[in-house]
This record gives sequence, structure tokens and C-alpha cells, in this order.
Amino acid sequence: MKQVAHIIATLTIIGIVAGGSLSLVNNWAAPKIALNQKAETERAIYLVHLDGKRYEEIKNSGFEVYKVFNESDSSVGYSLVYSGNGFQGKIKLMIGLTEDLNKITSIEILEQSETPGLGTKILEPPYKDQYKGLSPNPVIKLIKGVEPSNPNEVKAITGATISSRSVVAIVNEGTAKLKSLENKGASK
Amino acid sequence: MKKQVTLLREFTKGLWEINPTFKQILGMCPTLAVTVSAINGIAMALATTFVLVFSSLFISLVRKWIPNQVRIASYIVIIATFVTIVDLVMKAQFVELSKALGPFIPLIVVNCIILGRAEAFASKNNALRSVLDALGNGAGFLISLFVLGSIRELIGSRSILGYQVLPNGFEPWIIMILPAGAFLTLGLMMGFANMFIERKKNLERESLIAQYKRAGREEITEEVLKEAGV
Repeated sequence: MKQVAHIIATLTIIGIVAGGSLSLVNNWAAPKIALNQKAETERAIYLVHLDGKRYEEIKNSGFEVYKVFNESDSSVGYSLVYSGNGFQGKIKLMIGLTEDLNKITSIEILEQSETPGLGTKILEPPYKDQYKGLSPNPVIKLIKGVEPSNPNEVKAITGATISSRSVVAIVNEGTAKLKSLENKGASK
Repeated sequence: MKKQVTLLREFTKGLWEINPTFKQILGMCPTLAVTVSAINGIAMALATTFVLVFSSLFISLVRKWIPNQVRIASYIVIIATFVTIVDLVMKAQFVELSKALGPFIPLIVVNCIILGRAEAFASKNNALRSVLDALGNGAGFLISLFVLGSIRELIGSRSILGYQVLPNGFEPWIIMILPAGAFLTLGLMMGFANMFIERKKNLERESLIAQYKRAGREEITEEVLKEAGV
């Protein structure tokens, strides 16, 4: 009996001390972590809209989307965070779209875990920059081998077709979601 | 009563003699996973050392009050507390590193180096010795992770600590920054480490045999050699 009491007392004291010290550290760290995350989103939003100066989050959309404004406070379009499956794991993108959703300003890869040297080529300008000025209407198409001839075509990376296709799929899906959101907003 | 070793030995033994990576073969998961670059290896080893030192210190201070039946549970709570502190501090102050190391910081909780040293050393020795032992093991872990990370970064991305060392003409071996490269490098490093240790042992043995022969001692049996500790 005495031993049981000893065991319970030991574990309780250790638990209380551990919990207490963690809450102290968390009190200090939590605001800093939140600030870091905010700074990171902000950086990503302006990466796809270089003339952006201010942004507003569009709430109740079910996903992360921001309306971006320029220096003279007129809207330059949308920054949309969307993710989907890549070759090995999640790919998270920041997609920049113009106000009328007819043109992609550029895309930025926020998170990925593709194969180094192959799939990670989606991070490099030869692939990524293809999205600059691309038209997402009706959808973006991935083509292999030949050079793109239409404004809605993206050339696949040799040896990383799945990664290239994933990015296209994510951009298409995200754009479609945003379009339907706009339509709903217009009909209201 | 077991033989007391000097305080300096408590520290230095972790560097080589019982090096966590090469001799105890503990903590293999972070060793293999995060060493794609030297800086990742250093950060991982420093985070582990911090947890190791503080948990060893606390465990050795409270070792006499903890009932035997719940010692592992108690150690894990103490270790987990320090790991969470490290994780929060890194997320708040070193965002990039925290991102690069990903889930391996929270996973320090189950790094066997820490529980291993707690169980094998800190629970039996006083605070000063435990801290020295933890520092030694941490330093040993740091050395092996830094070397492993440097080799993989050098061949896999041509640089060390972010500075390009090999010329552009050298085509990086992508395999070195993939998991396979970690296994290959670690295996070779362990092989070389053990080769040197064996060779050193053999030399000591031979010199002792020669010494005995000079002294005119005829029978050199295995037992005699064992007694001399070689």
C-alpha cells in the first residue's frame, strides 16, 4: 500500500512539474511561432503577386485564399494556397491568379517531398516559370516531348512525369474551386 | 563496489570508446534520416545533446526517489518535457532549421541514446558524472553526425556547410542525399571505425606478448591475456 502511494505520488509530481514548465515555455513561444507562420504566408502571397502591398483573407471558402491589393489599393488578383498528392507526399502550392481568373501570374511551391534531383525539378525555373502568364481556361494540359504551342499547356519534366502532372492537377483543382466560389458569390 | 573512473574519462569515453553511433549503434533513425547536409547533422546533434544533458541531470538528481516499477515512465516524461521545450524554442527562433529537421525533433523522445544513457548511467551515478557522460555522448553523436552529413553533402550536393567545395564539373551523386546514400556511408564509416579499433587492439596484444617473452614468461595463455585486458 505504501509503495502504491509512493508510485502515485512520484508520477503525479513529475507530471505536474513537467506540465507546468511546458506551459511556461509555451507562453513564451506560442506568439513567436504564430508570428513566424504569419510572416511566411505573407512572404508566399507576395511571391506570386510581386506588386502586392496588402492582402485580405477571404473567409468561409473552405480553403486558404487571399485577395491581393497593390500600392494604389486596387485589386491585382488572388493568391490561393492549395495542396494535393505528389509522387511521394503532399505538394503545397501558392497559386497567383489575376482578378478575372483568366491568367496565372505565377506559382510557388511551399512544401514538397519529391525525389531529390528528379521530382524536385518542379522547384526550378524551367518548369515553374512555365506557369507565368498561363491561361487556366478551360484547364491546364500537361504535354510530353514537344514544346507547348497553346497558352494552356505545360511541358512535363523528363523523368518526373508524376510530379509534373501532380502540380498541374493541383493548379487545375484549386483554380476550379476558386471559380465556383466566385460564381456563388456573383449569384448571391 | 565498481571501479571509479576519472571525471575526464566520463566525458572522453563517449567520443570514441562508446561512441553512440559507431559503438553503441543507438539513435540510428535520426542519424540516417537528417544527415543530408552537415548543418542538419550539427543541429540534430545539438538538440539531442541539450535533451540528453538536461534529462541526465534531472534523472540522476531524482533517481533515489523514483520507484523501480515506474522508472521508465518517469524518465520518458522527463525526456519528453525537454524535447517539447527544444521543439518549441526551435519553432520560435530557428524556423528554417526546424523545417529542415521536420518530425525528427519531436522524435528525439524515442531516441534510444537518451533513454539508453538514462537507464545505463544517469540512474546509477551522481549528477556531475551524469552530465559529463551526457556531454561526452552528445559530443560523440555530434562528431559522427557531422562527418556523415559532410560526406553526404560533399558528394551529394558538392558543398560542405553550404559552401561549394567541388567544382561545377563534378556531377552530384543524387543517391547520397537519398536514404540509400545514408546506409552506404554509415556502413562504410562503421567498417573503417571498427577496422582501426581492431588494428589497435591487435597491436596492443602483440606488444604485450613480446613483453612477456622478454620477461621470460613461457606460457602465454588466453587467460593471462584476458587478465591483462587485451
